[in-house]
Amino acid sequence: MTARLSPRRRQRISRGVQYAVLIAVAVILILIADWPSIQRSFFNLEVAEQGLPELFTVALVNTVIYTVTGYVLGFALGLPLALMRLSSVPPYRWIARLYVEIFRGLPALVIFLLIGTGLPIAFPGFALPGGVYGSVALALALVSAAYMAETFRAGLQAVPKGQMEAARSLGMSYGRAMISIVIPQAVRIVVPPLTNELVLLFKDSSLVFILGVTSTQVELAKFGNDLASATANPTPIIMAGATYLLITIPLGYLARRLEARQEKRL
Amino acid sequence: MSAVPSAAPNGAAKHAVEIRGLHKSFGDVEVLKGIDFTVEPGQVVCIIGPSGSGKSTLLRCVNLLERPTAGQVFVDGVELTDPDVDIDAARRRIGMVFQQFNLFPHLTVLRNVTIAQERVLRRGKREAERIALDNLERVGLADRANAYPGQLSGGQQQRVAIARALAMDPALMLFDEPTSALDPELVGDVLKVMRKLAEDGMTMLVVTHEMGFAREVADRVVFMDGGVIVEDGPPEQVIGAPRQERTRTFLRRVLHPEG
Ligand SMILES: Nc1ncnc2c1ncn2[C@@H]1O[C@H](COP(=O)(O)OP(=O)(O)O)[C@@H](O)[C@H]1O
Ligand SMILES: [Mg+2]
Repeated sequence: MTARLSPRRRQRISRGVQYAVLIAVAVILILIADWPSIQRSFFNLEVAEQGLPELFTVALVNTVIYTVTGYVLGFALGLPLALMRLSSVPPYRWIARLYVEIFRGLPALVIFLLIGTGLPIAFPGFALPGGVYGSVALALALVSAAYMAETFRAGLQAVPKGQMEAARSLGMSYGRAMISIVIPQAVRIVVPPLTNELVLLFKDSSLVFILGVTSTQVELAKFGNDLASATANPTPIIMAGATYLLITIPLGYLARRLEARQEKRL
Repeated sequence: MSAVPSAAPNGAAKHAVEIRGLHKSFGDVEVLKGIDFTVEPGQVVCIIGPSGSGKSTLLRCVNLLERPTAGQVFVDGVELTDPDVDIDAARRRIGMVFQQFNLFPHLTVLRNVTIAQERVLRRGKREAERIALDNLERVGLADRANAYPGQLSGGQQQRVAIARALAMDPALMLFDEPTSALDPELVGDVLKVMRKLAEDGMTMLVVTHEMGFAREVADRVVFMDGGVIVEDGPPEQVIGAPRQERTRTFLRRVLHPEG
């Protein structure tokens, strides 16, 4: 043994130096920050009071409504798109492929802009059912359907070929076998990624402000921003952010749990 | 049942299965190179042959899981290769048992056996369950009706797969190496069920490497090699005293694998 420090000891020293640097940075930030000002601006209880209970009763409720309607509609659009991508009929495959390429490649913001400004020009006099709620549901559905279609496609392809063959050998038609045998198994496979998609959509619902909503239609982000402007204080934005995390962190955790459970089962 | 055009082959009595001039290619590769044979009602025919000789493909052409490139397939006098035939209706009378069982893993054993009865034959739930339990009883698994396939051994899964096919009242049962994926100690239970089925008069077409089963249960043994039928006759002949050199070579390898 010629080395003066064993690798183990060297690693321990290097780790100690890293911790020391981290602590130093934290201490410096804490010392130079203007704490009273931070509290007044970001954690201002008087301002916070003005936002309650509407933060939950209006903004959170609307966010959930927008997300869930968009998600359900996206699901209803994504599954047929996935079936079209796997179809033996070439035009179906082309249409589904085109849709996925376009809507996966567009920022959600652009889709909202197109729904808000493009739709009324292209189809004058045509109004979506549900007013703003309808527009939001459609925009979020268009955003999520492309992702869901790709997820469903992977799920459908993960179901062993023998399942379809066994179903067909029992006299089931292709459609019946899909509905009773293949799709239920595919849906189980894609539950974790689809839970993640719910998280993404929950956040994307913040783009609703593009469509110009009234005070009863606001969702979390716009609610926070409006109140922040009115009170000239960013505390409501912190509140809105915290409310997002209240939902997204447990959902993300759930998605990872489901994923882990599935890996164990396979 | 819906319109199934029946083309009675060449007068005479109806064969359970009749195959004429069957060819099947995958791309440029011809896997079946002209197969002709018949199975009579109540017969048990075992198909043996080396791996890759086209046994599975032949079996899958009988219920049109594979579409023949050329030739005709008749089951119960109905030409399945007729483009106008209702293939879903025709398949109802043809049970199939796969090497990998292919049970539906998201459904209970009972549901595995009832779902096609309800969705395809339009039987009521109670009737379907009664028939399912009768057939599970037949394969000795009525007590596992509420289990999921994943909770069963391979041998039990395969017996459920047999019950699932039998619940559709098939006139013909196809078996594709039903015991090849099983641990040796589980093979016997499955073969016992198949033996009983043969005694009950079921028409069976069985691809197998179980020479004992073929010798004792089969009415006829068909030896395939390279996409053609090399030898076809009673087991005493094909297994006991093969006339073709290719059959002898194959049997030597199967019966005395160590050399
Ligand atoms: N779907 C398929 N696509 C391409 N080749 C296939 C397909 N199915 C079978 N084959 C080929 O056909 C030949 C016969 O296969 P198979 O009928 O499974 O033989 P066996 O059951 O006698 O082992 C093999 O060479 C196999 O690779
Ligand atoms: Mg095979």
